[in-house]
Amino acid sequence: MGLDIRWPIGLMFTLIGALLAVYGAVIQSDHAISLGININLIWGLVLVGFGVFMLVGASKGKKNPPSA
Amino acid sequence: MQPIQLQWIDYTILVAYVAFVLGIGWALSRYMKTSADFLTSARSIPTWVTGLAFISANLGALELVGMAASGAKYGISTAHFYWVGAIPAMIFLAVFMMPFYYGSKARSVPEYLKMRFDERVRALNSVAFAVMTIFASGISMNALAKLLNQLLGWDYNVALWVCSGVVLLYVLKGGLTSAIYTEVLQFFMIVLGFAPVVYLGLKDVGGWHKMNHSLEAVAVNPAALHLKDAGTTYAANAWTSAWQPVLAGPAHNPMGVDWFAMIFGLGFVLSFGYWCTNFLVVQRAMAAKNMTAARNTPLVAAVPKMFFPFLVIVPGMIAAALMTMPDKNYRIPPPPISQESYTKAVAAVQSASPTDSAAAVTAVGTALGKKVDADRITLLVAANATAKLSDAQIKQGLYNSVAENDYDSVILSLVKKYCPAGLLGLALTALLASFMSGMAGNVTAFNTVFTYDLYQAYFAPGKTDKHYFWAGKVTTIAGIVLSIGAAYFASMYNNAMDIIQLVFGFVNAPLFATFLLGMFWKRTTGTGAFLGLFGGIASSALFHALTSVASNLDATGHVINGMKGGYLKVVTIFPSEMAQNFWLAAFAFIVCFVLTLVISLATKSQKTDADLKGLVYSLTPKTVDQSQSWIQRPAVIGVILLIVCVIMNWYFW
Repeated sequence: MGLDIRWPIGLMFTLIGALLAVYGAVIQSDHAISLGININLIWGLVLVGFGVFMLVGASKGKKNPPSA
Repeated sequence: MQPIQLQWIDYTILVAYVAFVLGIGWALSRYMKTSADFLTSARSIPTWVTGLAFISANLGALELVGMAASGAKYGISTAHFYWVGAIPAMIFLAVFMMPFYYGSKARSVPEYLKMRFDERVRALNSVAFAVMTIFASGISMNALAKLLNQLLGWDYNVALWVCSGVVLLYVLKGGLTSAIYTEVLQFFMIVLGFAPVVYLGLKDVGGWHKMNHSLEAVAVNPAALHLKDAGTTYAANAWTSAWQPVLAGPAHNPMGVDWFAMIFGLGFVLSFGYWCTNFLVVQRAMAAKNMTAARNTPLVAAVPKMFFPFLVIVPGMIAAALMTMPDKNYRIPPPPISQESYTKAVAAVQSASPTDSAAAVTAVGTALGKKVDADRITLLVAANATAKLSDAQIKQGLYNSVAENDYDSVILSLVKKYCPAGLLGLALTALLASFMSGMAGNVTAFNTVFTYDLYQAYFAPGKTDKHYFWAGKVTTIAGIVLSIGAAYFASMYNNAMDIIQLVFGFVNAPLFATFLLGMFWKRTTGTGAFLGLFGGIASSALFHALTSVASNLDATGHVINGMKGGYLKVVTIFPSEMAQNFWLAAFAFIVCFVLTLVISLATKSQKTDADLKGLVYSLTPKTVDQSQSWIQRPAVIGVILLIVCVIMNWYFW
């Protein structure tokens, strides 16, 4: 199929990750529930990392062959 | 489970996910030109994608919920469902069976059966499969709608129709490819959504070793956590060793199974029967772009499968460990109790006399309609008598006194305990995603089997491809509508649903014998396969009617619930339902195997050797993997995976 799945995966996790990280860094103030760890910030960054990894793979990867 | 309040950030994540899923369907719709594009992805998808979809189609939300529940109930032994009950079968499928499925150019598993045997076997398998997928998807959607209702307070009907509508939209647009792509998305959602919960849980209990140490206390006295009846005790490693308690015998492990049932019943019959013949998973491999990709699909899937126990079972173990630590203020939630019952029970506590604790315990137990912990109730009544407690405090005390666990809420209770807004949205979206992709998986398997194996075969043969393309789309809509019907059915007739699942258990148990003989013994005839399968199904029903489990017998030895077997006569008593289930599968397999063998020898094959080329092992040229380097060959990868699997078993011995 003509759509490389890495594009939507990459975009989605970058977006959600960025959202989480910003929320954790700027808006959320109480971290008691997650044992004092700013888990939103940390995990948001992990998701962004994963998302970017997928996007890089998709842009470097050869275009999917047109469906025969 | 008490309701959860979601924040805007949680809803944003949820909406983003749904938007991406719909976007994928929309983006794929322009590639959908033929029935093959829609129903089989025109065999065009790369291996890692089919591999992750293969595993994801199996990792439904109910599995996620159920494995965490079993983790609490049985500990690390639950991993046998992965290391014994999945990995070997997946490797067998890749190395030995995929060449026939993919090489035969069959579009579905029932179609393979038609090529190998005859129409009768196909009809039996395709009808059973079609009905089963609808019910499976209905059960899953019912669970989802109920969850959204209890947890977020959404209306059951709205939740059911909206979620089904989303699935319908993207499957209708992008067909099987849409389902496969969203399964991959779901895979990453689940892993990335639940990993932080496991991490926080482990950190909270003080790490892996501390958790195991706490579980040793659980094993010695599981009744303290209401995991087992009072007086039950196991060796200290019953929750933390995978094999030693099983080898010690059914009385020495919380599952109540013996090693033979575990290895032959689960590891061979049930596992191979599911992984190697269920079109829902096999379809993902059949969508791969070439033979090597198809064979590597289950192998790619085996890698995450092997490590899933740490994601799905460990939360259950964490929950059990947390319950031993009073300062953590955690319990596995009790079964749902209505507000009305709580109100009555609060009144019972307030009016109870601290001097007559037995009467208080009975009154509170009756009001709640559940088993209660007598000591805790006595303490609660005494505390209330000394200093008047508020209604909310009494309610909390009652919540902690219920001596029953609702294991299915383990995973969500942990999500709730550790996830702040944001992460909560991610974890819930992951759960929602797996429910929806479970429905999509079932519906895409259903529409292929119905369109090709029933509609094209019996109702409208010889039409144009455009006709079947449209038939596929109509079937998809019908599949979703039927699933919604099945969901309502499940919500209204819980017992009827149990019977249906029981019957499917009977139908599936002997299936692998038919495939094994069909693929590896060319002498197997259509009549042998058909009658053998019927005999196998009948024998499993009979086995169930003649056996039961110890907990299902009253003091006089009479069966309490016929659903748990023994409604004709109790010939054998098993220590647990799991053991009964494993033995039933083993028995049905052997009956089907022997019957198929004997009847095949007594009947004449309708197929010539030329007909069977590509369908039977001995008549098919061996797949040549020479073009790849040795490390990429399925057999080599399979052996490596098997070694890793053995190491895991050994490590958790």
